[in-house]
Amino acid sequence: MKLYHISCNNLMRRKGKVIFLVLGLMLGIATIVTLLSITESMTRDIEDRLDRFGANIVMVPKSENLALSYGGITVGGVNYAVKEFAEKDIAGIREIENRENLGAVAPKVLGATQVMGQQVLLMGVDFAVELPLKTWWHLDGTAPAAADDLIVGAEAATTLDLAVGNTVPLGRRTFRVAAILESTGAAEDSMIIGDLHAVQEVLGKKGIISLVEIAAFCRDCPITEMVLQIAEKFPGAKVTALKQAVMAKMQSVELFKAFSYGIAGLVIFIGSLLVFVTMMGAVNERTREIGIFRAIGFRRGHVMQIILLEAIVVGFLGGFLGFVSGNLIAWAVLPLVIPNGAFAGVNLSLGALAILLSISLSLLASLYPARKGSSLDPSEALRAL
Amino acid sequence: MQTRENAVRHLIEIRDIGKDYQVGTNTVSAIRHMNFQVDDGEFISIMGQSGSGKSTLLAVLGGLNHPSRGQVLVDSLDIYDLSSEQRADFRSEYIGIIFQSFQLISYLTVLENIKLPMAITGISAKEQDAMAQSVLDKVGLGAKAERLPDQLSGGEQERVAIARAIVNRPPILLADEPTGSLDSETAEGVMALLRQLNKEGLTIIMVTHNPDACRHGDRTILVRDGLCLAQ
Repeated sequence: MKLYHISCNNLMRRKGKVIFLVLGLMLGIATIVTLLSITESMTRDIEDRLDRFGANIVMVPKSENLALSYGGITVGGVNYAVKEFAEKDIAGIREIENRENLGAVAPKVLGATQVMGQQVLLMGVDFAVELPLKTWWHLDGTAPAAADDLIVGAEAATTLDLAVGNTVPLGRRTFRVAAILESTGAAEDSMIIGDLHAVQEVLGKKGIISLVEIAAFCRDCPITEMVLQIAEKFPGAKVTALKQAVMAKMQSVELFKAFSYGIAGLVIFIGSLLVFVTMMGAVNERTREIGIFRAIGFRRGHVMQIILLEAIVVGFLGGFLGFVSGNLIAWAVLPLVIPNGAFAGVNLSLGALAILLSISLSLLASLYPARKGSSLDPSEALRAL
Repeated sequence: MQTRENAVRHLIEIRDIGKDYQVGTNTVSAIRHMNFQVDDGEFISIMGQSGSGKSTLLAVLGGLNHPSRGQVLVDSLDIYDLSSEQRADFRSEYIGIIFQSFQLISYLTVLENIKLPMAITGISAKEQDAMAQSVLDKVGLGAKAERLPDQLSGGEQERVAIARAIVNRPPILLADEPTGSLDSETAEGVMALLRQLNKEGLTIIMVTHNPDACRHGDRTILVRDGLCLAQ
């Protein structure tokens, strides 16, 4: 017989007590893991939503004049001819070092044209890329499906008296109004938006791109570096990071993280207390047994070995089962917390931490009563002699 | 620590010991003043009424309870000069204890309870099995090795407690009321077993309040109010 046999036999033959202890630990750890998993999933979901919410890098051709407009009021200026981009070069954006942080790359062509006797700004976009990027666009009608489908801004529709289903002659082609864009308060209100290649043809700008909006996924993305990398690739371009948008995104995420971790901290504290009290009670109950061990010649270290080995096993079981059940609960509860939200997945580092925390708590909680019990005179511990 | 080979004739010497307890603001003396010796191979009965201090005396003799004053010499060594851990080693090597209410470990089988004192000795598993089986046969429980304590009768539990106390072959056996909770027939069997162990060379100090049990011993020490009245 070795000391570990005593620990193993105690665990195997006092199943009821061990199950109670493991359940106590499991409950504490599962609560912590559930909360942290939900926090992680919610953080990712918020980041994804924010990342999808519009572009945060804009690439326009370099121009040497200063903009003379503010708040949508243009007071005039001297425009030099600007060198626009070739459409075939745009693919180069996806070759930058931090390309894995790139989301949507939305090229656009811009130009003025005559529609029913009115000068209108025409914008050509790739609808498949543009519409998911502009999540705040609300269309009255159907999303454009064909090359000759148009979206007409609310103000432009009023001015030109256009409705869904009307036809609009542009250049030598006739287009159909597929949808009216509800007022956004931005430049799109007075624009007509069509398919990129169709508009290029109307404007006589085949293969030409006026500007590119880029959405970068900003979970720790180095946005400033990405701007430099794109600028290096396109020397004739002025690349600007919409830092305000990025900062707002990050601040929102950080604020949520801080709140979640604050709550998680509180749960960890309460869970730890629960585990601590349970383990301490269990060891305190064994004072008489500690007395027997000591009376037959066990050193304090021997007694500690027996109790701490049991604490490690119970801690491991509680931590492991708590981690598994915590993830299962998070997976089950997440759809109720975040509609259409995706479970962030099993975080193995969190698993290792949970098991470590569980073992540490179990050890710490056992250490004090075990030390106290083994320091007593055996006759005091036995209360029988 | 001296080895047994160096043992003097007085295996145990109790010199002017006393044990006081603090109860609130009052000091209560469980042992007021005691002096006596126990020779190697003796069977001593310590008899007294409940509360006379005899169990406290046994605990002090076994290095389980520090006396308030005086010395306990075993093989001329004052055991209370030893540190708590050294005293644990002393108990492991020198003392076998039979507790009043058996004090078996409920989740260990009979065989495992008997092997318990050997868990810290470094004796090989094979040797442990042989030693445990030998004492188990000696106490007549060879067939019940795999039972748990609560599956045994009181007499059988007492025998397991005796087997556990002697398995390490200590020179001294301390027994606290070994027949206290047994019927007279079972008690007689237990006493016969102790007598046999004594004949094999074991020094036994037994605490009892039963005069019948005392007749198995070589000598009886009467204890009352923390004092030795007669030897």
